[in-house]
Amino acid sequence: MSVAIAPEERMARSYLTDGYNLKSWLLTTDHKRIGLLYMVSITLFFFVGGAAATILRLELMTPKGDLIETADAYNRMFTLHGVVMVWFFLIPSIPAVLGNFLVPVMIGARDMAFPKLNLLSWYIFMAGGIIVLATLIAGGVDTGWTFYVPFSSMFSNTFVVPAAAGVFIVGFSSILTGLNIIVTTHTMRCPGMTWDRLPLFVWAQYATSLIMVLATPVLAITVALLAAERIWGVGIFDPRLGGDPILFQHLFWFYSHPAVYIMILPGFGVVSEIIPCFARRPIFGYKFMAGALLAIAFLGFIVWGHHMFVSGQSMYAGFVFSIISFLVAIPSGIKVFNWTATLYKGSIRFDTPMLYALGFIGLFTIGGLTGLILASLAVDVHVHDTYFVVAHFHYIMVGGMVMAYLGGIHFWWPKLTGRMYSEWWGKLSALIVFFGFNLTFFPQFVLGYLGMPRRVYEYTEDYQILHIMSTLGASILAVGYLLPLSYLILSLWFGKHATGNPWSATGLEWQTTSPPPTHNFEETPVVTEAPYAYDPVVAEAEYRASLAEIEERPRVNHT
Amino acid sequence: MAHLPFFPEQASSHAKDVDAVFLAGMGILAFFTALILILIVTFLVRYRRGTTAERDNAPNTSLRIELLWIGIPLIISIGMFAWSAVVYYRLYSPPADAYLVDVVAKQWMFYLQHPEGKREINELHVPLGRPLRLRMISQDVIHSFYVPAFRAKQDVLPGRYTSLWFQPTRVGQYHLFCAEYCGTNHAVMRGTVEVMEPADYERWLGSGSSEGSLARQGEQLFQKHHCGGCHGPSQNVPAPPLQGVYGGRVPVTREGDPSTNFITADDRYIHDSVRLPKKEIVAGFEPMMPTYDQTELSEADLLKLIAYIKSIGAEETSK
Repeated sequence: MSVAIAPEERMARSYLTDGYNLKSWLLTTDHKRIGLLYMVSITLFFFVGGAAATILRLELMTPKGDLIETADAYNRMFTLHGVVMVWFFLIPSIPAVLGNFLVPVMIGARDMAFPKLNLLSWYIFMAGGIIVLATLIAGGVDTGWTFYVPFSSMFSNTFVVPAAAGVFIVGFSSILTGLNIIVTTHTMRCPGMTWDRLPLFVWAQYATSLIMVLATPVLAITVALLAAERIWGVGIFDPRLGGDPILFQHLFWFYSHPAVYIMILPGFGVVSEIIPCFARRPIFGYKFMAGALLAIAFLGFIVWGHHMFVSGQSMYAGFVFSIISFLVAIPSGIKVFNWTATLYKGSIRFDTPMLYALGFIGLFTIGGLTGLILASLAVDVHVHDTYFVVAHFHYIMVGGMVMAYLGGIHFWWPKLTGRMYSEWWGKLSALIVFFGFNLTFFPQFVLGYLGMPRRVYEYTEDYQILHIMSTLGASILAVGYLLPLSYLILSLWFGKHATGNPWSATGLEWQTTSPPPTHNFEETPVVTEAPYAYDPVVAEAEYRASLAEIEERPRVNHT
Repeated sequence: MAHLPFFPEQASSHAKDVDAVFLAGMGILAFFTALILILIVTFLVRYRRGTTAERDNAPNTSLRIELLWIGIPLIISIGMFAWSAVVYYRLYSPPADAYLVDVVAKQWMFYLQHPEGKREINELHVPLGRPLRLRMISQDVIHSFYVPAFRAKQDVLPGRYTSLWFQPTRVGQYHLFCAEYCGTNHAVMRGTVEVMEPADYERWLGSGSSEGSLARQGEQLFQKHHCGGCHGPSQNVPAPPLQGVYGGRVPVTREGDPSTNFITADDRYIHDSVRLPKKEIVAGFEPMMPTYDQTELSEADLLKLIAYIKSIGAEETSK
């Protein structure tokens, strides 16, 4: 692609300048604009959920309930945090923002297979989001994001049905996004883009989409049954009506465990793009990496019972779910080891996206291995429903997915916006996030093993010191998240114009302009080589040449 | 084991076994995290841009290496699974002679009754060294009975008995928590388990007023609710006699299923016969038993009735 056009001219014909009025955004079928609509929406939800988390952490500084007025208010606050973060930030985060924007560009397509369905999915997302926000303003829900029965169906006095309706509705936006990505990947690949040349980011979105399409309907059924019992007293879950409360847990986790993998697989995809680029090396073991994504997506469907080791489900069911949960370690291990091996003999640069990706590997390793400790039946009996579990899944979802999302946003920011952000502030924020995260959540592993139950407004004094550390960490983490919000927004006006390929990366998205034109490519690209065609030896040679050039310049000036 | 800072006390026979599995898991975690960290840091330093390190012929894939890091985690995983499953199995296998204490959970307290008739709320007194089994049920939502020092936890469900057992190994007072979120005052649904020397425990058990053993109280309930009108010796309506029923096999028919099945007359059977009497009908009898819900007969009272029915079974067989 030509690089010789002036930045202003490039901007002049990009997707961002293809219409300026509100209608051109709200009725767009451009997957890139829809990606940005999602980005703005989920950023809003992230800071709503994050504000709730900050208030919860401040409350937990002291054993007595004091900052938040009542236990009920605390219970609504942690429910809000969970519902908003899971369904309105984590699940749509990478798939609906980066996946939407990048999958068509990465496979050389002009748009998604179903552009109107894509826009519809955003409207459905917003409808669900507005219902949930309205529910929260009206008084909230106190069931926890898990909606366990019979508490949620027969006992809670809060707005369970509206919240469940919001979750029911937002599920359809996941299904539509998933469907779109699956069909797009199958049918819209450009010439030469064979399955074994597909970037791992696309593989990850594909695997995630399979889960979204297959698992989300079960969530819809589950919350519909919950509503039927709550509104009409249909005895499905409450034993007084002849129902079975354990049935709800089976149905809920049949969706929600695969959903955990919706909340991590896309992160694997992002990291698999960043590491080869900044190590200037092809990804190690490409086929194993793609296979591992599909293996995790598959195994994710048959481990749900590991959330129920003390629920009263059969001991023998516990054995089966435990061994399968252990097996998830194998594809997860493949990922971590292959990323590590990709660094070997590389030519490694430490730009902001790379710092996030490296942080991701470390935090995901700890999150994943503590998952094995939780899969150990006897240990799970002790730590189930304690802070150990809270720490574990935050290592995966925040240490893993949020780090990957931020890494991805930084990596593709020039492509999304045509602007560069401040590298100095970027690196600083990545370090603050890493430090703040560990200080917040590492003490929670210790608290959990000491027996501190989760979802409690007050606690006994012996646990306080660890809670203080955690709250301190959360305050640092909050700063770490506000910084990128600020400098990324500022970069839209003050950032340097980005070239088409600022990281010298491979991949079709870097062969078009930054930002891309509305239909992504001037002419349909043709792929002729495997992905990640980086060469560390060439990279080193270029680096030395650029150093020599810098050294030469002053000498020329002096003479 | 000496008491470590930031490590919970071990007060049951089970705690040491769980801690061993946990520490092994932590060891594996530490090993692999350190391995990854060392490799990454080494590569980052050695192969950072501008170093003179050798970069030729970097491998892009290797079946042998992939199989290595598939095989090793697989072996470790199976080992960890087997070990933790054995310990889990023991947690579900109470000794036959375990001392039985009833737990009724409700928003937001644990109510406990000992076989001798002693009752307590949010406190459980137990003798040192004696295996103890809790038979638990909830009157409303799901709760969870959790004693961290025993490494023992079990959800307490409405409509169904669950059970938990442990053998206390250290005298002292330990936290008791509700671990399953159960509504407004979940956080303060907590109490104390006090492990006592057996002699102290006997003294404690004998102190205060008691209304007699659970079986004795169950007998009074049996009379109060006129259960004997149908189930007693001078029955005017044909209902199955209850002497010797407990623990035996009963032929029943289920709704919509004409065949007769033999089931064990255990706690669940008696509980469901009172709460959902149409569910299983003893073969040869008409479904005439009225339903008793919680407003007529609380879960605690139902447990007393079960104790009574169990006791008349024992009398029959010993005669």
